[in-house]
Amino acid sequence: MDEILTGKVIVVNGPIVQAVGLTGIKMFDIAEVGPHRLIGEVIRLNGAIAIIQVYEDNTGLKPGDEVMSYTRPLSVLLGPGLIANIYDGIQRPLVGISEVCGSYIRKGIKLSPLDENRKWEFQPLVQPGTDVREGTILGEIRESPLVMHRLLVPPGIYGRLTGIVHGGDYTIKDDIYTVETGAGKYTGKLAAYWPVRKPRPSRNRKKPLVPLITGQRIIDTFFPIARGGTAAIPGGFGTGKTMTQHALAKWCNADIIVYIGCGERGNEMTDVLTDFPKLIDERNGRPLIERTVMIANTSNMPVPAREVSIYTGVTIAEYYRDMGYSVAVMADSTSRWAEALRELSSRLGDMPAEEGFPPYLATRLAEFYERAGLVETLSGRDGDITIVGAVSPPGGDFSEPVTQHTSRFVRCFWALDKMLADARHYPSISWIDSYTEYLTEIEDWWKNLDQEWLTVRNDVMNILLEDHRLEQVVKLVGSDALPPAEQYTLFCAEMIKNAFLQQNSFDPEDKFCSPEKQLKLLKGLLILYKKGLELVQAGLAVKDIAALEVVAGIVRLKSEIPNQEFNRIDEYINKMEQELIALKPSSGGR
Amino acid sequence: MSAEIEYTNLAGISGPLIFVDGVRGVGYGDIVEIRGTSDEIRIGQTLEVDEQRAVVQVFEGTSGLSVRGTRVTFVGRALEIPVDRNMLGRVFDGLGRPIDGAPQVITDRMMNVNGLPINPWSREYPRDFIQTGISAIDGMNTLIRGQKLPIFSGSGLPHNRIAAQIARQAKILTAEEEFTVIFAAMGVKFDVARFFIDSLEESGVLTHSAIFLSLADAPSIERLVTPKTALTLAEYLAFEEGMHVLVILTDMTNYCEALRELSSSRGEIPSRKGYPGYLYSDLASIYERAGRLKGGRGSITQMPILTMPSDDISHPVPDLTGYITEGQIVLERELFNKGIYPPIAGLPSLSRLMKDGIGAGRTRKDHGQVAAQLFASYAKVKRIRSLAAIVGEEELSGLDKIYLKFGTAFEEVFLRQDYLENRSIEQTLEIGWKMLSLLPRDELYRIAREDIQRYYLPQKEAM
Repeated sequence: MDEILTGKVIVVNGPIVQAVGLTGIKMFDIAEVGPHRLIGEVIRLNGAIAIIQVYEDNTGLKPGDEVMSYTRPLSVLLGPGLIANIYDGIQRPLVGISEVCGSYIRKGIKLSPLDENRKWEFQPLVQPGTDVREGTILGEIRESPLVMHRLLVPPGIYGRLTGIVHGGDYTIKDDIYTVETGAGKYTGKLAAYWPVRKPRPSRNRKKPLVPLITGQRIIDTFFPIARGGTAAIPGGFGTGKTMTQHALAKWCNADIIVYIGCGERGNEMTDVLTDFPKLIDERNGRPLIERTVMIANTSNMPVPAREVSIYTGVTIAEYYRDMGYSVAVMADSTSRWAEALRELSSRLGDMPAEEGFPPYLATRLAEFYERAGLVETLSGRDGDITIVGAVSPPGGDFSEPVTQHTSRFVRCFWALDKMLADARHYPSISWIDSYTEYLTEIEDWWKNLDQEWLTVRNDVMNILLEDHRLEQVVKLVGSDALPPAEQYTLFCAEMIKNAFLQQNSFDPEDKFCSPEKQLKLLKGLLILYKKGLELVQAGLAVKDIAALEVVAGIVRLKSEIPNQEFNRIDEYINKMEQELIALKPSSGGR
Repeated sequence: MSAEIEYTNLAGISGPLIFVDGVRGVGYGDIVEIRGTSDEIRIGQTLEVDEQRAVVQVFEGTSGLSVRGTRVTFVGRALEIPVDRNMLGRVFDGLGRPIDGAPQVITDRMMNVNGLPINPWSREYPRDFIQTGISAIDGMNTLIRGQKLPIFSGSGLPHNRIAAQIARQAKILTAEEEFTVIFAAMGVKFDVARFFIDSLEESGVLTHSAIFLSLADAPSIERLVTPKTALTLAEYLAFEEGMHVLVILTDMTNYCEALRELSSSRGEIPSRKGYPGYLYSDLASIYERAGRLKGGRGSITQMPILTMPSDDISHPVPDLTGYITEGQIVLERELFNKGIYPPIAGLPSLSRLMKDGIGAGRTRKDHGQVAAQLFASYAKVKRIRSLAAIVGEEELSGLDKIYLKFGTAFEEVFLRQDYLENRSIEQTLEIGWKMLSLLPRDELYRIAREDIQRYYLPQKEAM
């Protein structure tokens, strides 16, 4: 059904190529350019001239070189074998490329994204003769010990299942089932293509009510995100964006992780690649790699492929969502994606908007984040996609366009603070500048754990806000000039920062903190504040409370008490309370 | 091939660019030979081609070229340089041509200076600790073999001395291996180049170093190709000959300015401070040429040096560099003015690869926590100092005064060391503990109890 068009190159300007002769080519069709048949995409049509962005290094390309097109849109191949794999921005398998051409990526390489020879054990779940519709689950494949891959009837297909294979081993090339549709016979395989720029359909969208548990205290307790939500992590260099993204990819309780390294460092992807097969998920005892798909278009790989990499990633996420899974997408960094847009738009001669970015930047960002959400999928099951995008503002200045536009489309904003990062306080998420809009939605989930959750959280948050206000005063007059009660607030805020907010992602116990443990720690700190405050108001000196070993020791609870033994925190706090009560206010006041 | 046709006369000249009309069969990125009236050959590269016109950047600059009479040949391939082991001990210009008076390099191995992107799958994650002998680096911002760790400096600060000290002292603890040093100078003064050459000579590594010079008097456009030529040789030596190469690139700010000059003469839409929107991608194409490969013996460690215009770390050059490199060593004028060498700023400096290259079996188990505690405590010193500036030191609490004492000791004893002083990692950690022991035990909340038991010094010894 595909028509083959041929034309020729007339202008080469970096990765942007103009070609003529491709009559009938459509927007966003793939074109193969020049003798190496480099992959490109039609991004603009101007009379007889097609403007193509080339996804590979095109040095040496000449006017007069041939261009051909099958008039197909840029697509990803979706099927078993995506899990634990690593792709470049246009879904070329990096492992396969390294087998063919060694350590460097040569241009013009074309490999199937999925292993065409691998046999998958397929188990059919429906009988021939059944009426099926888009989204019907036809069968299952054990893709990895963590992921049961479900084969669904593709969107747009309705009719009677006239044939399906018996349980057994099949490759993605084999015919698996046939559906007699009104328009003719449809033959399905284990894998199918889907255009990257087109969101996959679902039945309807739902309100997300369950938090994505990340095991990071400042996120789960203070700025939680719902499953199906959107969040941005803006921060200047060295504030720990990638570290935070890695921690989320490792410990959040999504079923599938899609990690998109977009225009970032090569070694960071290598870190994920070496770490994830070794790291064991406590919840199921399996390596984290068994639920992870990676897209790596590092900063030195071609810029146009960086632009498409986030669509490739989110399309794969939608594919697993449609099977009924909870998927988390980490996009690091959306600023590099926006810069790719800027670079390409400037080569096209577009009139720039703010800071050289194209006027459609905001629209593109909105479209991307809109692909997140909790939905009722075509199969009837619920599935969700959570998107967490890192933003790299130039000079750490949040007023720049990408941060500003992103903050309009996300509902969680985890602002990274340079001061915290400098003091090696990680995660360096600021409790002053960050916000979340999911608090009311996910409140009930936490209340199942403890009715008082929101009150406790807000009380502790108020101590931190009060501390922030007092710090302004302290900067002018010093802390000794404050009344004892306020000095005590400063002391408690410091304890909260060190014992709760700061979290060591390399400590075996502290790297992941269960919701139960978070709650116990939080309540313990609040008890310290309330009991201590009473004593201070009765005349006890702040330094006498601070001098108690049991008080100073709270800082170590996070790494000394394992998640399963969270009840030991209660014992500890009880002991602390006893010792506090035993303190007699000395006559001299402070 | 038609590529060998010689074209005479130019359609125009603008800054470092020439425009040639009526060309056929010219590829994007092709190398161009340009002969002016003097018959001297200049090298250029096509930036844009269409059916009539080619836009060519001339690396040696366009001064002395005329629209009439200039002859242009399109060579039909990208810029290549010869690479060989025998290039060690030699001095080249920015395009890889010898300028030390010795004969041409004889080899049939030619490599494209643009290199190819390394497949992230094929990278080996860098984990080998390099001992530089400088406490501020080894203790708190550890350099790892295969890392790209720039020095962010300001004019007048001793970045060159620090880089030279690292080149001299750097060693791997587990094996007696030597670094090969490749030094590329872009737009710096002759004295700076001379200083490096002399210090490499003094430490006896000059014979296995290669030097690429595009000094301040060379055309600015040549600077654009200099780091690429240097890194091409580095890639050959590291990944084909299995050597460990330390590449020092100075000064990247000059490189970026040359890029801005080129972009502006092409009439491109500027982004911040007039730098082109693709500055990030362009810098990445240089910095990402560092690392290690799976199954390969060699490595490329990069140490780019850049001066921050008016010490501004948010200037596009340091800012975008920091987003690409794996950390940064920041030099601080305040420390320098106090007479402290090396003036490595305590807080904004960072090594991202440190976490996996240190600890038990690599340096010492307590290393990571000691570094974290030093950072945290020194951050507190900075806060107390700004408070003391307002309320006066006498008004501070007793604990705050202890912190101030710690801060001074940290700068004077831990950071400060001699240009020729080479500290082992044990010495560095020992000094670190001495500093931390000035603080009460309870303040060391980033360190495990057992390590405090073991290393914390009684008050007398800490003083």
